[in-house]
Amino acid sequence: MTRILGISGSLRRDSHNTNLLRAAAEAVGPDVELELYDGLKEIPPYDEDDDVDPRPVSVARLASAIAEADAVLFATPEYNSSIPGQLKNAIDWISRPVATNVLRNKPVVVVGASTGAFGAVWAQAELRKVLAAVGARVLDLELPVTHAHTRFEDGALTDEEVGARLADAVEKLADEIRRNEREKAVA
Amino acid sequence: MNSTILTIAPAGTWSLDPVHSSVDFEVSYLAGTFKGGFDEIGAELTVDGERATLEGSAKVASVDVKDENFSAHLQSPDFFDAERHPELRFTAEDIRLDGDGQVSVAGELTIKGVTQPVTVTGTVTTPMVDPYGNERIGLNLTTKIDRTDFGVNWNNPLPSGEPSLANDVTILAELQFVKPGEETS
Repeated sequence: MTRILGISGSLRRDSHNTNLLRAAAEAVGPDVELELYDGLKEIPPYDEDDDVDPRPVSVARLASAIAEADAVLFATPEYNSSIPGQLKNAIDWISRPVATNVLRNKPVVVVGASTGAFGAVWAQAELRKVLAAVGARVLDLELPVTHAHTRFEDGALTDEEVGARLADAVEKLADEIRRNEREKAVA
Repeated sequence: MNSTILTIAPAGTWSLDPVHSSVDFEVSYLAGTFKGGFDEIGAELTVDGERATLEGSAKVASVDVKDENFSAHLQSPDFFDAERHPELRFTAEDIRLDGDGQVSVAGELTIKGVTQPVTVTGTVTTPMVDPYGNERIGLNLTTKIDRTDFGVNWNNPLPSGEPSLANDVTILAELQFVKPGEETS
C-alpha cells in the first residue's frame, strides 16, 4: 500500500484547499491511501530554544506522519502573494536538522486553490522553492484552482477538469514513489 | 623508462594517491567565485602501449563546502541528488600527449545520472620515483561544463532579474598516480 500524506496550508474548517485534498483522497487508486494531516494549528511558533529533545508533541506527530508517508501532497492558499505563515512555520520545524529532516528526498507535489483568478499560483511557486530548499523531491507541476468557490458544492469538488488534473497530479506522485522504490531496490 | 614514448605515462596500471589528489569545482556566484570540492575520490589510469584510459569518480556525499546546511542542499534533488546519483563519474579512452607535457582528453562526464561528452585539457608531469620506491606522475586536468546540460538547474534570481549562480562550472582535478616500482612489483 502506497501512503500519501495530505497537508493543507489552510486552517479554516471549510477550506477549499482542504476540500481539494479530500477530493484527491477519493480519487486515488485502490493501492494508494491518502491521509489528511489535521494538526497544523497545534504547531507552536518555531523557537530554537524549544527545538530540543523531546520536541513538542505536535511537531513530533507531524514529523512521524511525514516519515511514515511515501510522499506528501500539499495544498496551499495564497496569503499576500505567498504561503500562509503557519504552513511555513511547520516546514521550518520539520526542516531541522537539514541534513536528516524527514522531508529530505520525499516526493512532494504542490497544488493550490484561491477564490481569485490566479489559483494561488505564486504561493505554489513559493512552496515548491521552500520544499526544494529543505531537500524534498519536488515534482515540477502546478495545479492552480482558480475561483475555487465555484468549483465545490457542500465541500465536494464538482469541477471535472480540476478533478482530472488533480487525479493526474496524484498519479504522477504515485509514479515517483514507484520510481523511488525501484531506485532503492537497485541501490 | 623511456621518455620519448607517445603515451602520457609508462605502461601499466596507475593507482590514485587520493590523499595527495583533489577534485574541485569553481562557479561564479553573486559577486565572486564559489569553490568547493569532493573528499572521497577515486581514479585509475591504465596505459597499454600507445593507449591510455582514465576512469575517475567522486562521491557526492563527500562534497566539501564550508557550511553543513549548504552541503545538505548540494546533496538534495535541487542539486546533485545524492540519493539517486551518489557518484560523479568520468571516463576517457582517448588521452593524447600534445608535447611539452600538455594533455588533451576526450571523455565522458556523468553528473546526476546524465552523461555528456567533455573535452579536458591539462598537463602531465615527467614520471618520478618517490621516497617509497613507487613511480609517480601528476596529472592536472581542467574542463568547463554547463551544469544545466546535466540537469543541475538551481538558481536564485537577483533583484535585477539576472541569475545569481552561473551555469558555467570549471572542474579542476589535480591527480597523483602511483605504480609500484620494478623491484617491488
